[in-house]
Amino acid sequence: MKLDEIQKRLLREVADLHKVPEGAYNIRSNSTSAGRRSTENIEIVSKTDVSGIDIFIKPNTKNESVHIPVVLTESGLKEVVYNDFHIGEGADVVIVAGCGIDNCGNQDSQHDGVHTFYVGRGAKVKYVEKHYGSGDGKGKRILNPVTEVHMEEDSTMEMEMVQIKGVDDTDRKTIADLKEGAKLVVRERLMTHGEQQAISTYTVTLNGDNSSADVVSRSVARDNSFQKFDAKIVGNAECHGHTECDSIIMDNGRILAVPGLEANNVDASLVHEAAIGKIAGEQLIKLMTLGLDEHEAEEQIINGFLQ
Amino acid sequence: MLELKNISFNVESEGQNKEIIKNVDLVIPDGKLIVITGPNGGGKSTLARLIAGIEIPTSGNILFNGEDITESTVTERARMGISFAFQQPVRFKGIRVIDLLRLAAKKQLSGADACEYLSAVGLCAKEYVDREVNASLSGGELKRIEIATILARSTALSIFDEQEAGIDLWSFQNLIDVFRHMRDNIKDGSIIIISHQERILDIADEIIVIKDGTVVDNGTKDEILPGLIGTSSALKCRKQ
Ligand SMILES: Nc1ncnc2c1ncn2[C@@H]1O[C@H](COP(=O)(O)OP(=O)(O)O)[C@@H](O)[C@H]1O
Ligand SMILES: [Mg+2]
Repeated sequence: MKLDEIQKRLLREVADLHKVPEGAYNIRSNSTSAGRRSTENIEIVSKTDVSGIDIFIKPNTKNESVHIPVVLTESGLKEVVYNDFHIGEGADVVIVAGCGIDNCGNQDSQHDGVHTFYVGRGAKVKYVEKHYGSGDGKGKRILNPVTEVHMEEDSTMEMEMVQIKGVDDTDRKTIADLKEGAKLVVRERLMTHGEQQAISTYTVTLNGDNSSADVVSRSVARDNSFQKFDAKIVGNAECHGHTECDSIIMDNGRILAVPGLEANNVDASLVHEAAIGKIAGEQLIKLMTLGLDEHEAEEQIINGFLQ
Repeated sequence: MLELKNISFNVESEGQNKEIIKNVDLVIPDGKLIVITGPNGGGKSTLARLIAGIEIPTSGNILFNGEDITESTVTERARMGISFAFQQPVRFKGIRVIDLLRLAAKKQLSGADACEYLSAVGLCAKEYVDREVNASLSGGELKRIEIATILARSTALSIFDEQEAGIDLWSFQNLIDVFRHMRDNIKDGSIIIISHQERILDIADEIIVIKDGTVVDNGTKDEILPGLIGTSSALKCRKQ
Protein backbone atom coordinates (compact mmCIF):
# COMPACT_ATOMS: atom_id res chain seq x y z
CA MET A 1 0.00 0.00 0.00
CA LYS A 2 1.43 3.39 -0.95
CA LEU A 3 0.55 5.94 1.66
CA ASP A 4 2.55 8.96 2.76
CA GLU A 5 3.14 10.01 6.34
CA ILE A 6 0.14 12.37 6.48
CA GLN A 7 -2.15 9.68 5.15
CA LYS A 8 -0.80 7.20 7.67
CA ARG A 9 -1.35 9.67 10.49
CA LEU A 10 -4.94 10.26 9.37
CA LEU A 11 -5.52 6.52 9.32
CA ARG A 12 -4.26 6.22 12.85
CA GLU A 13 -6.58 9.00 13.99
CA VAL A 14 -9.75 7.72 12.36
CA ALA A 15 -9.34 3.97 12.51
CA ASP A 16 -6.61 3.30 15.07
CA LEU A 17 -4.82 1.68 12.18
CA HIS A 18 -1.09 1.33 12.57
CA LYS A 19 -0.78 -1.32 9.90
CA VAL A 20 -2.93 -3.23 7.46
CA PRO A 21 -6.02 -4.28 9.43
CA GLU A 22 -7.10 -7.83 10.03
CA GLY A 23 -10.15 -9.04 8.18
CA ALA A 24 -11.82 -7.25 5.30
CA TYR A 25 -10.91 -3.69 4.47
CA ASN A 26 -11.11 -0.98 1.87
CA ILE A 27 -8.90 2.08 2.21
CA ARG A 28 -9.90 5.04 0.12
CA SER A 29 -7.31 7.75 -0.37
CA ASN A 30 -7.90 10.89 -2.44
CA SER A 31 -10.80 9.29 -4.28
CA THR A 32 -9.00 6.11 -5.27
CA SER A 33 -8.76 2.73 -3.60
CA ALA A 34 -5.41 2.40 -1.85
CA GLY A 35 -6.04 -1.18 -0.80
CA ARG A 36 -8.80 -3.71 -0.46
CA ARG A 37 -9.31 -7.19 0.86
CA SER A 38 -12.40 -9.36 0.86
CA THR A 39 -12.59 -12.44 3.03
CA GLU A 40 -14.49 -15.68 2.74
CA ASN A 41 -17.47 -14.17 4.55
CA ILE A 42 -17.17 -10.51 3.71
CA GLU A 43 -17.11 -9.38 0.13
CA ILE A 44 -16.33 -5.81 -0.94
CA VAL A 45 -17.37 -4.83 -4.47
CA SER A 46 -17.05 -1.48 -6.24
CA LYS A 47 -20.25 0.17 -7.38
CA THR A 48 -20.53 0.75 -11.09
CA ASP A 49 -23.16 3.52 -11.28
CA VAL A 50 -21.80 5.82 -8.56
CA SER A 51 -18.65 6.14 -6.49
CA GLY A 52 -18.61 3.73 -3.60
CA ILE A 53 -18.72 0.11 -2.55
CA ASP A 54 -21.12 -2.65 -1.61
CA ILE A 55 -20.16 -4.72 1.39
CA PHE A 56 -21.81 -8.12 1.60
CA ILE A 57 -21.59 -9.94 4.91
CA LYS A 58 -22.74 -13.56 4.82
CA PRO A 59 -25.38 -14.77 7.27
CA ASN A 60 -23.98 -15.98 10.60
CA THR A 61 -20.55 -14.47 10.08
CA LYS A 62 -19.20 -14.22 13.61
CA ASN A 63 -16.55 -12.00 15.17
CA GLU A 64 -15.26 -10.53 11.96
CA SER A 65 -14.49 -6.93 11.17
CA VAL A 66 -14.52 -4.56 8.22
CA HIS A 67 -12.43 -1.40 8.07
CA ILE A 68 -13.34 1.21 5.48
CA PRO A 69 -11.39 4.38 6.30
CA VAL A 70 -11.21 7.36 3.98
CA VAL A 71 -8.41 9.91 3.84
CA LEU A 72 -8.24 13.15 1.89
CA THR A 73 -5.02 15.12 1.59
CA GLU A 74 -5.51 16.99 -1.68
CA SER A 75 -6.86 20.47 -1.14
CA GLY A 76 -10.01 21.24 -3.11
CA LEU A 77 -11.16 17.64 -3.45
CA LYS A 78 -14.92 17.15 -3.22
CA GLU A 79 -16.54 13.75 -3.32
CA VAL A 80 -19.79 11.95 -2.63
CA VAL A 81 -19.41 8.28 -1.84
CA TYR A 82 -22.10 5.65 -1.44
CA ASN A 83 -21.34 2.65 0.73
CA ASP A 84 -23.98 0.00 1.24
CA PHE A 85 -23.67 -2.65 3.92
CA HIS A 86 -25.68 -5.83 3.48
CA ILE A 87 -25.47 -7.65 6.77
CA GLY A 88 -26.74 -11.22 6.68
CA GLU A 89 -29.05 -12.78 9.25
CA GLY A 90 -27.42 -13.70 12.54
CA ALA A 91 -24.07 -12.11 11.68
CA ASP A 92 -22.06 -10.48 14.47
CA VAL A 93 -19.56 -7.97 13.11
CA VAL A 94 -17.62 -4.80 13.81
CA ILE A 95 -17.50 -2.12 11.14
CA VAL A 96 -14.97 0.67 11.47
CA ALA A 97 -15.46 3.64 9.17
CA GLY A 98 -14.05 7.11 9.54
CA CYS A 99 -12.73 9.99 7.54
CA GLY A 100 -9.65 12.09 8.00
CA ILE A 101 -9.03 15.25 6.01
CA ASP A 102 -5.76 17.11 5.92
CA ASN A 103 -6.13 20.38 4.11
CA CYS A 104 -3.08 22.58 3.77
CA GLY A 105 -4.40 24.45 0.79
CA ASN A 106 -6.82 27.29 0.31
CA GLN A 107 -9.67 25.39 -1.28
CA ASP A 108 -12.34 23.53 0.67
CA SER A 109 -12.04 19.76 0.90
CA GLN A 110 -15.24 17.84 1.30
CA HIS A 111 -16.24 14.22 1.77
CA ASP A 112 -19.91 13.31 1.87
CA GLY A 113 -20.29 9.66 2.79
CA VAL A 114 -23.69 8.08 2.37
CA HIS A 115 -23.80 4.85 4.33
CA THR A 116 -26.77 2.55 4.13
CA PHE A 117 -27.08 -0.45 6.40
CA TYR A 118 -29.40 -3.35 5.79
CA VAL A 119 -29.18 -5.23 9.06
CA GLY A 120 -30.57 -8.75 8.72
CA ARG A 121 -32.78 -10.54 11.22
CA GLY A 122 -30.98 -11.21 14.50
CA ALA A 123 -27.72 -9.65 13.29
CA LYS A 124 -25.49 -7.66 15.62
CA VAL A 125 -23.44 -4.76 14.36
CA LYS A 126 -21.04 -2.49 16.11
CA TYR A 127 -20.28 0.53 13.98
CA VAL A 128 -17.50 2.96 14.84
CA GLU A 129 -17.03 6.17 12.89
CA LYS A 130 -14.42 8.79 13.62
CA HIS A 131 -13.95 12.10 11.91
CA TYR A 132 -10.79 14.10 12.09
CA GLY A 133 -9.34 17.13 10.39
CA SER A 134 -5.90 18.70 10.32
CA GLY A 135 -3.80 21.05 8.21
CA ASP A 136 -3.49 24.79 8.46
CA GLY A 137 -4.66 25.90 5.04
CA LYS A 138 -7.47 28.40 4.63
CA GLY A 139 -9.59 25.79 2.87
CA LYS A 140 -12.28 24.27 5.03
CA ARG A 141 -12.55 20.61 5.96
CA ILE A 142 -16.13 19.58 5.42
CA LEU A 143 -17.84 16.28 6.20
CA ASN A 144 -21.51 15.67 5.59
CA PRO A 145 -22.27 12.07 6.43
CA VAL A 146 -25.63 10.49 5.84
CA THR A 147 -26.31 7.23 7.63
CA GLU A 148 -29.35 5.18 6.91
CA VAL A 149 -30.10 2.12 8.97
CA HIS A 150 -32.78 -0.43 8.18
CA MET A 151 -33.12 -2.97 10.93
CA GLU A 152 -34.90 -6.30 10.62
CA GLU A 153 -36.50 -8.22 13.50
CA ASP A 154 -34.35 -8.71 16.60
CA SER A 155 -31.29 -7.08 15.08
CA THR A 156 -28.99 -4.89 17.17
CA MET A 157 -26.88 -1.97 16.08
CA GLU A 158 -24.53 0.01 18.26
CA MET A 159 -23.14 3.13 16.67
CA GLU A 160 -20.28 5.14 18.07
CA MET A 161 -19.61 8.39 16.28
CA VAL A 162 -16.77 10.63 17.26
CA GLN A 163 -15.66 14.00 15.95
CA ILE A 164 -13.27 15.72 18.29
CA LYS A 165 -10.95 17.82 16.20
CA GLY A 166 -10.38 19.76 13.08
CA VAL A 167 -13.58 19.42 11.06
CA ASP A 168 -14.90 22.86 10.10
CA ASP A 169 -18.33 22.04 8.90
CA THR A 170 -20.51 19.01 9.47
CA ASP A 171 -24.09 18.33 8.62
CA ARG A 172 -24.81 14.82 9.77
CA LYS A 173 -28.05 13.04 9.08
CA THR A 174 -28.92 9.73 10.61
CA ILE A 175 -32.11 7.94 9.71
CA ALA A 176 -33.15 4.61 11.13
CA ASP A 177 -36.18 2.37 11.04
CA LEU A 178 -36.62 -0.61 13.30
CA LYS A 179 -38.77 -3.70 13.11
CA GLU A 180 -39.98 -5.90 15.95
CA GLY A 181 -37.45 -6.47 18.72
CA ALA A 182 -34.73 -4.44 17.01
CA LYS A 183 -32.45 -2.33 19.15
CA LEU A 184 -30.45 0.75 18.20
CA VAL A 185 -27.90 2.39 20.47
CA VAL A 186 -26.12 5.57 19.39
CA ARG A 187 -23.29 7.26 21.23
CA GLU A 188 -22.17 10.48 19.66
CA ARG A 189 -19.24 12.53 20.94
CA LEU A 190 -18.50 15.89 19.49
CA MET A 191 -16.20 18.79 20.15
CA THR A 192 -16.12 21.96 18.11
CA HIS A 193 -13.55 24.78 18.18
CA GLY A 194 -12.95 28.12 16.53
CA GLU A 195 -15.64 29.01 14.03
CA GLN A 196 -16.70 25.39 13.46
CA GLN A 197 -20.28 24.37 12.92
CA ALA A 198 -21.78 20.95 13.48
CA ILE A 199 -25.33 19.90 12.89
CA SER A 200 -26.54 16.46 13.79
CA THR A 201 -30.04 15.35 12.91
CA TYR A 202 -31.59 12.03 13.83
CA THR A 203 -34.87 10.54 12.78
CA VAL A 204 -35.46 7.15 14.33
CA THR A 205 -38.72 5.37 13.62
CA LEU A 206 -39.73 2.51 15.86
CA ASN A 207 -42.14 0.45 13.81
CA GLY A 208 -42.07 -2.92 15.57
CA ASP A 209 -43.24 -3.96 19.02
CA ASN A 210 -40.43 -4.21 21.55
CA SER A 211 -38.10 -2.16 19.43
CA SER A 212 -35.93 0.38 21.20
CA ALA A 213 -33.61 3.27 20.49
CA ASP A 214 -31.20 5.05 22.79
CA VAL A 215 -29.51 8.08 21.25
CA VAL A 216 -27.04 9.91 23.46
CA SER A 217 -24.92 12.84 22.41
CA ARG A 218 -22.17 14.30 24.55
CA SER A 219 -20.62 17.42 23.22
CA VAL A 220 -18.40 20.38 23.96
CA ALA A 221 -18.65 23.67 22.06
CA ARG A 222 -15.68 25.98 22.51
CA ASP A 223 -14.59 29.37 21.14
CA ASN A 224 -17.19 30.69 18.66
CA SER A 225 -18.41 27.31 17.48
CA PHE A 226 -22.01 26.28 17.03
CA GLN A 227 -23.76 22.93 17.34
CA LYS A 228 -27.26 21.82 16.69
CA PHE A 229 -28.55 18.50 17.96
CA ASP A 230 -31.91 17.63 16.51
CA ALA A 231 -33.09 14.20 17.57
CA LYS A 232 -36.46 12.89 16.67
CA ILE A 233 -37.90 9.54 17.67
CA VAL A 234 -41.16 8.31 16.25
CA GLY A 235 -42.93 5.51 18.11
CA ASN A 236 -45.40 3.58 15.97
CA ALA A 237 -45.63 0.49 18.19
CA GLU A 238 -45.09 -0.71 21.73
CA CYS A 239 -41.53 0.59 22.00
CA HIS A 240 -38.97 2.49 24.04
CA GLY A 241 -37.16 5.56 22.80
CA HIS A 242 -34.67 7.74 24.63
CA THR A 243 -32.66 10.69 23.39
CA GLU A 244 -30.21 12.66 25.44
CA CYS A 245 -28.12 15.72 24.73
CA ASP A 246 -25.55 16.44 27.38
CA SER A 247 -23.37 19.41 26.55
CA ILE A 248 -20.70 21.70 27.88
CA ILE A 249 -20.39 25.20 26.48
CA MET A 250 -17.23 27.27 26.84
CA ASP A 251 -16.11 30.73 25.70
CA ASN A 252 -18.71 31.90 23.17
CA GLY A 253 -19.79 28.42 22.13
CA ARG A 254 -23.45 27.94 21.29
CA ILE A 255 -25.62 24.85 21.28
CA LEU A 256 -29.17 24.33 20.16
CA ALA A 257 -30.86 21.11 21.25
CA VAL A 258 -34.14 20.35 19.57
CA PRO A 259 -36.13 17.59 21.15
CA GLY A 260 -38.57 15.69 18.99
CA LEU A 261 -40.77 12.89 20.22
CA GLU A 262 -43.70 11.59 18.26
CA ALA A 263 -45.86 8.84 19.75
CA ASN A 264 -48.38 7.29 17.39
CA ASN A 265 -49.16 4.31 19.59
CA VAL A 266 -50.50 4.36 23.12
CA ASP A 267 -47.84 1.86 24.20
CA ALA A 268 -44.94 3.91 22.92
CA SER A 269 -42.74 5.24 25.71
CA LEU A 270 -40.45 8.07 24.68
CA VAL A 271 -38.12 10.21 26.75
CA HIS A 272 -35.94 13.16 25.91
CA GLU A 273 -33.32 14.72 28.18
CA ALA A 274 -31.14 17.72 27.51
CA ALA A 275 -28.67 19.53 29.69
CA ILE A 276 -26.43 22.34 28.48
CA GLY A 277 -24.16 24.38 30.68
CA LYS A 278 -20.66 25.45 31.43
CA ILE A 279 -18.31 23.32 33.51
CA ALA A 280 -19.52 23.34 37.11
CA GLY A 281 -17.36 25.63 39.25
CA GLU A 282 -17.11 23.05 42.00
CA GLN A 283 -15.66 20.50 39.57
CA LEU A 284 -12.88 22.95 38.67
CA ILE A 285 -12.27 23.77 42.33
CA LYS A 286 -12.14 20.10 43.32
CA LEU A 287 -9.43 19.37 40.75
CA MET A 288 -7.59 22.55 41.75
CA THR A 289 -7.48 21.30 45.35
CA LEU A 290 -5.64 18.29 43.90
CA GLY A 291 -3.01 20.67 42.52
CA LEU A 292 -4.19 21.17 38.93
CA ASP A 293 -4.35 24.68 37.57
CA GLU A 294 -7.59 25.89 36.04
CA HIS A 295 -6.60 25.02 32.49
CA GLU A 296 -5.46 21.51 33.43
CA ALA A 297 -8.66 20.99 35.39
CA GLU A 298 -10.75 22.00 32.37
CA GLU A 299 -8.88 19.61 30.11
CA GLN A 300 -9.37 16.72 32.53
CA ILE A 301 -13.08 17.42 32.87
CA ILE A 302 -13.58 17.64 29.11
CA ASN A 303 -11.48 14.58 28.35
CA GLY A 304 -13.48 12.58 30.84
CA PHE A 305 -16.77 13.93 29.58
CA LEU A 306 -15.94 12.94 26.01
CA GLN A 307 -14.54 9.51 26.94
CA MET B 1 2.04 24.72 60.97
CA LEU B 2 -0.99 26.74 59.96
CA GLU B 3 -1.78 30.13 61.47
CA LEU B 4 -4.92 32.18 61.06
CA LYS B 5 -4.40 35.79 62.10
CA ASN B 6 -7.46 37.88 62.78
CA ILE B 7 -9.42 36.33 59.90
CA SER B 8 -12.78 37.83 59.01
CA PHE B 9 -15.02 36.88 56.10
CA ASN B 10 -18.03 38.90 55.03
CA VAL B 11 -20.49 38.27 52.23
CA GLU B 12 -23.07 40.42 50.56
CA SER B 13 -26.39 38.66 51.08
CA GLU B 14 -29.81 40.11 50.27
CA GLY B 15 -28.35 43.58 50.15
CA GLN B 16 -26.86 43.15 53.62
CA ASN B 17 -23.31 42.68 54.67
CA LYS B 18 -23.16 39.42 56.58
CA GLU B 19 -20.21 38.50 58.80
CA ILE B 20 -19.66 34.77 58.54
CA ILE B 21 -16.24 34.57 60.18
CA LYS B 22 -15.33 37.16 62.78
CA ASN B 23 -11.76 37.91 63.87
CA VAL B 24 -10.63 34.31 64.16
CA ASP B 25 -7.13 33.62 65.54
CA LEU B 26 -5.99 30.03 65.41
CA VAL B 27 -2.80 28.01 65.39
CA ILE B 28 -2.85 24.47 64.01
CA PRO B 29 0.41 22.94 65.23
CA ASP B 30 2.35 20.19 63.45
CA GLY B 31 1.94 16.60 64.50
CA LYS B 32 -1.59 17.09 65.83
CA LEU B 33 -5.06 15.94 64.98
CA ILE B 34 -7.49 18.81 65.49
CA VAL B 35 -11.26 18.39 65.50
CA ILE B 36 -13.42 21.43 64.82
CA THR B 37 -16.97 21.20 66.11
CA GLY B 38 -19.85 23.55 66.83
CA PRO B 39 -23.46 24.09 65.79
CA ASN B 40 -24.63 23.95 62.17
CA GLY B 41 -24.22 27.22 60.36
CA GLY B 42 -21.45 28.29 62.74
CA GLY B 43 -18.89 28.76 59.98
CA LYS B 44 -16.83 25.55 60.07
CA SER B 45 -17.03 24.79 56.35
CA THR B 46 -16.36 28.43 55.54
CA LEU B 47 -13.22 28.32 57.66
CA ALA B 48 -12.04 25.21 55.80
CA ARG B 49 -12.74 26.89 52.45
CA LEU B 50 -10.73 29.91 53.57
CA ILE B 51 -7.79 27.67 54.47
CA ALA B 52 -7.98 25.86 51.10
CA GLY B 53 -8.16 29.18 49.24
CA ILE B 54 -11.64 28.65 47.80
CA GLU B 55 -12.70 31.80 49.65
CA ILE B 56 -10.41 34.75 50.30
CA PRO B 57 -10.77 36.46 53.68
CA THR B 58 -12.11 40.00 53.85
CA SER B 59 -9.33 40.78 56.31
CA GLY B 60 -6.59 38.99 58.19
CA ASN B 61 -3.75 36.70 57.16
CA ILE B 62 -3.16 33.00 56.72
CA LEU B 63 0.34 31.60 57.19
CA PHE B 64 1.39 28.10 56.20
CA ASN B 65 4.76 26.99 57.54
CA GLY B 66 5.58 30.65 58.07
CA GLU B 67 4.71 31.72 54.53
CA ASP B 68 1.84 34.16 53.98
CA ILE B 69 -0.60 32.37 51.70
CA THR B 70 -3.52 34.79 52.09
CA GLU B 71 -3.39 35.68 48.39
CA SER B 72 -2.36 32.25 47.10
CA THR B 73 -4.67 30.41 44.74
CA VAL B 74 -6.31 27.06 45.44
CA THR B 75 -3.82 25.39 43.09
CA GLU B 76 -0.81 27.00 44.76
CA ARG B 77 -1.97 25.95 48.22
CA ALA B 78 -2.66 22.42 46.99
CA ARG B 79 0.87 22.25 45.63
CA MET B 80 2.27 23.58 48.93
CA GLY B 81 0.65 20.66 50.71
CA ILE B 82 -2.90 21.50 51.68
CA SER B 83 -5.58 18.87 51.00
CA PHE B 84 -9.30 19.35 51.44
CA ALA B 85 -12.03 16.70 51.43
CA PHE B 86 -15.34 18.44 50.66
CA GLN B 87 -18.45 18.07 52.79
CA GLN B 88 -20.33 17.47 49.51
CA PRO B 89 -18.03 15.56 47.16
CA VAL B 90 -18.19 16.45 43.49
CA ARG B 91 -19.28 14.11 40.69
CA PHE B 92 -17.58 13.94 37.29
CA LYS B 93 -19.00 12.30 34.22
CA GLY B 94 -16.44 10.10 32.52
CA ILE B 95 -13.67 10.50 35.11
CA ARG B 96 -12.96 7.14 36.75
CA VAL B 97 -11.95 6.51 40.34
CA ILE B 98 -8.47 5.50 39.20
CA ASP B 99 -8.14 8.74 37.19
CA LEU B 100 -9.00 10.81 40.23
CA LEU B 101 -6.56 8.87 42.42
CA ARG B 102 -3.84 9.38 39.80
CA LEU B 103 -4.48 13.11 39.64
CA ALA B 104 -4.34 13.20 43.43
CA ALA B 105 -1.18 11.12 43.73
CA LYS B 106 0.51 13.11 40.93
CA LYS B 107 2.03 9.97 39.48
CA GLN B 108 1.23 6.86 37.51
CA LEU B 109 -0.38 4.94 40.32
CA SER B 110 -0.21 1.22 39.84
CA GLY B 111 -3.39 -0.78 40.21
CA ALA B 112 -1.97 -2.17 43.44
CA ASP B 113 -1.37 1.29 44.94
CA ALA B 114 -4.89 2.38 44.01
CA CYS B 115 -6.22 -0.78 45.63
CA GLU B 116 -4.46 0.08 48.85
CA TYR B 117 -6.10 3.50 49.11
CA LEU B 118 -9.51 2.12 48.27
CA SER B 119 -9.21 -0.78 50.68
CA ALA B 120 -8.24 1.67 53.41
CA VAL B 121 -11.65 3.32 53.03
CA GLY B 122 -13.41 -0.02 52.91
CA LEU B 123 -14.11 -0.21 49.20
CA CYS B 124 -13.44 -3.36 47.26
CA ALA B 125 -10.82 -2.02 44.89
CA LYS B 126 -11.59 -4.35 41.99
CA GLU B 127 -15.17 -3.18 41.84
CA TYR B 128 -14.35 0.48 42.08
CA VAL B 129 -11.16 1.46 40.23
CA ASP B 130 -12.86 1.62 36.85
CA ARG B 131 -16.15 3.07 38.02
CA GLU B 132 -16.96 6.59 36.93
CA VAL B 133 -17.15 9.19 39.69
CA ASN B 134 -20.68 10.02 38.56
CA ALA B 135 -24.25 9.81 39.75
CA SER B 136 -24.10 6.00 39.81
CA LEU B 137 -22.12 6.19 43.07
CA SER B 138 -23.96 6.67 46.35
CA GLY B 139 -23.19 9.59 48.63
CA GLY B 140 -21.34 7.28 51.02
CA GLU B 141 -19.24 5.74 48.25
CA LEU B 142 -18.33 9.20 46.97
CA LYS B 143 -17.23 10.31 50.42
CA ARG B 144 -15.01 7.31 50.82
CA ILE B 145 -13.45 7.93 47.40
CA GLU B 146 -12.93 11.55 48.43
CA ILE B 147 -11.04 10.35 51.50
CA ALA B 148 -8.99 7.93 49.37
CA THR B 149 -7.84 10.85 47.19
CA ILE B 150 -6.65 12.68 50.32
CA LEU B 151 -4.76 9.57 51.42
CA ALA B 152 -3.21 9.35 47.95
CA ARG B 153 -2.04 12.96 48.21
CA SER B 154 -0.59 12.48 51.71
CA THR B 155 0.23 16.16 52.20
CA ALA B 156 1.39 18.13 55.23
CA LEU B 157 -2.12 19.36 56.03
CA SER B 158 -5.32 17.42 55.44
CA ILE B 159 -8.74 18.91 56.09
CA PHE B 160 -11.84 16.70 56.25
CA ASP B 161 -15.24 18.35 56.30
CA GLU B 162 -17.99 16.27 57.95
CA GLN B 163 -17.01 13.05 56.22
CA GLU B 164 -19.29 10.92 58.38
CA ALA B 165 -22.55 12.38 57.10
CA GLY B 166 -24.14 9.86 54.75
CA ILE B 167 -21.78 7.06 55.68
CA ASP B 168 -23.32 3.92 57.12
CA LEU B 169 -22.54 2.62 60.58
CA TRP B 170 -20.12 -0.06 59.45
CA SER B 171 -18.01 2.42 57.57
CA PHE B 172 -18.24 4.92 60.40
CA GLN B 173 -16.07 2.59 62.45
CA ASN B 174 -13.89 2.16 59.38
CA LEU B 175 -13.65 5.94 59.02
CA ILE B 176 -12.45 6.30 62.60
CA ASP B 177 -9.84 3.62 61.91
CA VAL B 178 -8.67 5.57 58.84
CA PHE B 179 -8.32 8.76 60.90
CA ARG B 180 -6.56 6.87 63.70
CA HIS B 181 -4.15 5.35 61.24
CA MET B 182 -3.44 8.79 59.78
CA ARG B 183 -2.89 10.11 63.31
CA ASP B 184 -0.43 7.29 64.07
CA ASN B 185 1.59 8.16 60.96
CA ILE B 186 1.26 11.90 61.28
CA LYS B 187 4.99 12.76 61.65
CA ASP B 188 5.18 16.56 61.27
CA GLY B 189 1.95 16.96 59.31
CA SER B 190 -1.39 17.95 60.73
CA ILE B 191 -4.98 16.87 60.31
CA ILE B 192 -8.12 18.96 60.72
CA ILE B 193 -11.41 17.10 60.95
CA ILE B 194 -14.72 18.92 61.07
CA SER B 195 -17.20 16.73 62.94
CA HIS B 196 -19.89 16.62 65.61
CA GLN B 197 -19.34 12.99 66.44
CA GLU B 198 -18.23 12.21 69.97
CA ARG B 199 -16.24 9.21 68.76
CA ILE B 200 -14.31 11.39 66.34
CA LEU B 201 -13.83 14.12 68.97
CA ASP B 202 -12.46 11.36 71.16
CA ILE B 203 -9.45 10.78 68.87
CA ALA B 204 -8.55 14.48 68.77
CA ASP B 205 -5.42 15.94 70.29
CA GLU B 206 -7.11 19.32 70.35
CA ILE B 207 -10.67 20.52 69.91
CA ILE B 208 -11.84 23.87 68.54
CA VAL B 209 -15.47 24.95 68.98
CA ILE B 210 -16.81 27.42 66.42
CA LYS B 211 -20.11 29.22 66.88
CA ASP B 212 -21.55 32.24 65.08
CA GLY B 213 -18.28 32.70 63.21
CA THR B 214 -16.05 32.87 66.26
CA VAL B 215 -13.89 30.49 68.26
CA VAL B 216 -15.80 29.97 71.50
CA ASP B 217 -13.58 27.26 72.94
CA ASN B 218 -10.17 25.85 72.12
CA GLY B 219 -7.93 23.42 73.99
CA THR B 220 -6.84 19.84 74.47
CA LYS B 221 -9.38 17.06 74.18
CA ASP B 222 -9.36 16.51 77.94
CA GLU B 223 -10.07 20.17 78.57
CA ILE B 224 -12.84 20.59 76.01
CA LEU B 225 -14.62 17.30 75.42
CA PRO B 226 -16.24 16.84 78.85
CA GLY B 227 -18.03 20.18 78.47
CA LEU B 228 -19.41 19.20 75.08
CA ILE B 229 -20.88 15.83 76.03
CA GLY B 230 -24.64 15.92 75.69
CA THR B 231 -24.65 18.97 73.39
CA SER B 232 -25.13 19.07 69.63
CA SER B 233 -21.39 19.60 69.31
CA ALA B 234 -20.69 16.03 70.47
CA LEU B 235 -23.35 13.67 69.22
CA LYS B 236 -23.35 10.27 70.91
CA CYS B 237 -24.05 8.14 67.93
CA ARG B 238 -25.51 8.85 64.60
CA LYS B 239 -29.00 7.65 63.70
CA GLN B 240 -30.11 7.39 67.32
N1 LIG C 1 -21.05 32.53 50.13
C1 LIG C 1 -21.98 32.66 51.10
N2 LIG C 1 -22.99 33.54 50.95
C2 LIG C 1 -23.94 33.69 51.89
N3 LIG C 1 -23.95 33.00 53.05
C3 LIG C 1 -22.97 32.11 53.25
C4 LIG C 1 -21.94 31.88 52.29
N4 LIG C 1 -21.11 30.92 52.76
C5 LIG C 1 -21.61 30.56 53.96
N5 LIG C 1 -22.72 31.27 54.26
C6 LIG C 1 -23.50 31.22 55.51
O1 LIG C 1 -22.57 31.24 56.55
C7 LIG C 1 -22.98 30.43 57.63
C8 LIG C 1 -21.92 29.42 57.97
O2 LIG C 1 -21.95 28.37 57.03
P1 LIG C 1 -20.97 27.11 57.08
O3 LIG C 1 -19.58 27.57 57.05
O4 LIG C 1 -21.41 26.19 56.00
O5 LIG C 1 -21.33 26.50 58.51
P2 LIG C 1 -21.07 25.05 59.11
O6 LIG C 1 -20.15 24.32 58.21
O7 LIG C 1 -20.50 25.32 60.44
O8 LIG C 1 -22.41 24.39 59.20
C9 LIG C 1 -24.30 29.83 57.23
O9 LIG C 1 -25.34 30.62 57.75
C10 LIG C 1 -24.27 29.94 55.73
O10 LIG C 1 -25.56 30.00 55.20
MG1 LIG D 1 -20.35 22.54 57.09
